Amino acid sequence: MSGNIQLLTDTLAAARAEGRSVLIAYLPAGFPTVDGGIEAVTAAFDGGADVVEVGLPHSDPVLDGPVIQTADDIALRGGVRIADVMRTVREAHAATGKPVLVMTYWNPIDRYGVERFTAELAEAGGAGAILPDLPVQESALWREHAEKHGLATVFVVAPSSKDERLAQITAAGSGFVYAASLMGVTGTRESVGAQAQDLVERTRATGTGLPVCVGLGVSNAAQAAEVAGFADGVIVGSAFVKRMLDAPDHPAGVEAVRALAADLAEGVRGRA
Amino acid sequence: MPSDFFIPDPEGQVPSAEGYFGAFGGKFIPEALVAAVDEVAVEYDKAKHDPEFARELDELLVNYTGRPSALTEVPRFAEHAGGARVFLKREDLNHTGSHKINNVLGQALLTRRMGKTRVIAETGAGQHGVATATACALFGLECTIYMGEVDTRRQALNVARMRMLGAEVVAVKSGSRTLKDAINEAFRDWVANVDRTHYLFGTVAGPHPFPAMVRDFHRVIGVEARRQLLERAGRLPDAAIACVGGGSNAIGLFHAFLPDASVRLVGCEPAGHGVETGEHAATLTAGEPGILHGSRSYVLQDDEGQITEPYSISAGLDYPGIGPEHSYLKDTGRAEYRAVTDDAAMQALRLLSRTEGIIPAIESAHALAGALEVGRELGPEGLLVVNLSGRGDKDMDTAARYFGLYDTDAEVAADEADIAEIEGDAK
Repeated sequence: MSGNIQLLTDTLAAARAEGRSVLIAYLPAGFPTVDGGIEAVTAAFDGGADVVEVGLPHSDPVLDGPVIQTADDIALRGGVRIADVMRTVREAHAATGKPVLVMTYWNPIDRYGVERFTAELAEAGGAGAILPDLPVQESALWREHAEKHGLATVFVVAPSSKDERLAQITAAGSGFVYAASLMGVTGTRESVGAQAQDLVERTRATGTGLPVCVGLGVSNAAQAAEVAGFADGVIVGSAFVKRMLDAPDHPAGVEAVRALAADLAEGVRGRA
Repeated sequence: MPSDFFIPDPEGQVPSAEGYFGAFGGKFIPEALVAAVDEVAVEYDKAKHDPEFARELDELLVNYTGRPSALTEVPRFAEHAGGARVFLKREDLNHTGSHKINNVLGQALLTRRMGKTRVIAETGAGQHGVATATACALFGLECTIYMGEVDTRRQALNVARMRMLGAEVVAVKSGSRTLKDAINEAFRDWVANVDRTHYLFGTVAGPHPFPAMVRDFHRVIGVEARRQLLERAGRLPDAAIACVGGGSNAIGLFHAFLPDASVRLVGCEPAGHGVETGEHAATLTAGEPGILHGSRSYVLQDDEGQITEPYSISAGLDYPGIGPEHSYLKDTGRAEYRAVTDDAAMQALRLLSRTEGIIPAIESAHALAGALEVGRELGPEGLLVVNLSGRGDKDMDTAARYFGLYDTDAEVAADEADIAEIEGDAK
């Protein structure tokens, strides 16, 4: 069974045709439990997310700030396994018909086996993966298997990426390009900053046809609206996780995810 | 004038241009760090071929560090090593008390060449942190050291030294609260502050070019030891022995002996409470290839690639990874690695103290315990060189508790309860 790269591409194209940006939410699998995580992902879609990135928690999340570290830690202590991540992808996609990506670090996939991982992700209905510590020059094996199974390879670009590097990355990637709005790890920020717009413009200047979505630091509708003014998508992670961590109980956390997604969905339509 | 002390590995040897030692190494880093890591590689390559860089580093190594370090024969200790002749390469006599200063001074010079004003580093036992804080004081650089909270407790003396030298010490409370987590936190800082910050990585792991560059700065250990042994013993040793955590002092000793096929290269890993107990940090003995902290190498991990929490009595060896060149040397068979328990290391620490009047670091004591074994295997004809990578002052609290050297048992018990609480939280 082939993965849902086409669904991802179509979703981004449809939003562009509507003259708006997409909302991409991130939530870790297994947080606070596997079933609870599936409810949260489904709630993000219900609220208005167009795409969800499901995190595969890792023991050493060097690119994540304290909020996602805490969630990963809860998920790992709860014993989350790759099979649980696949189930999260499968059930969230089946319930909504929307594109679901996996975001994780390279070692869990390397250890699990690239062929096995890509085959299972495609079979679960996944649309692709974001692997922020797998740079383009180390990615040939992954891309070969992702392509074979119809999965997108979403690369991250950073404000420090030089133009020739942006050309190399956009040429190798598929689905969309993840533009990191600032130099730093995941987490909410007061402002998103001018670096993001410059990076989006430099990425587009490579001539890539891929949509460019901006992540890192976005936490509210006003920021989402600002980013939607220059990017094809707005990626929000820590703000969702923080709502769940701060909620008095799980149902309230799920409801907070739905409410934030609804708020941000207004933002990406320029209505904040 | 060619350098006497900074002698980088001849061109044409491993690693490859992409930083691979066989199947190990590479650059598994976030895009945000690619430009900075590439800059380190370019600047190091320039520096390596610049006689002025070698001259500056030589001057520091002689007049600041005190190189060459002594080679000390230890006959009373050697009586317990099957009667083999044993020489210690005295990196403990370097300024700051360990081999770490060799690499730190090289990278501090590089930091200055790159025009960066801030340095960050990780530390386990505190030796790399102290050396880094020292170089930052000397060069007028801002300095932040990340150290696992468990390690700040067991190496409190080194925390005080770093602060005395003007460094900020951040106690890392994530994960196992040891060296691995300190490195994670240092990477997070680097991503956010890369414009003005150099990550002065302390071992031969991490993304290319760190494994090769840090090795080059430590090659002086083996180059000197080889020359000193030929003068003193008239022949090459049968074995060169060092402890391995990340592997920097070991690669520094081994490298000059690589072409000498008759010299066994023996790395001693921390077996903690015993490899069979699961409470150890014996990465090459019990790990599998994987990716940790920017390169492919042997890693202690579970079947789904989650890094497992290591354990060793020695903070400096308490790490679930290993430099990629060691993985390469293991797989090619050029080097051999054995696991040494906490108990064996502590007995060797006391033995060297009482037979030779030299108190080694607990890290280095793992190599001494390995030397006792290898010496017994070789017998009286054997000739060994052991890298005494650091001095033991920092470990006196751990050693005093282990051997019951304190007078006031009640105070000790209270402190132990504190430590158990911290370590329990970290589990």
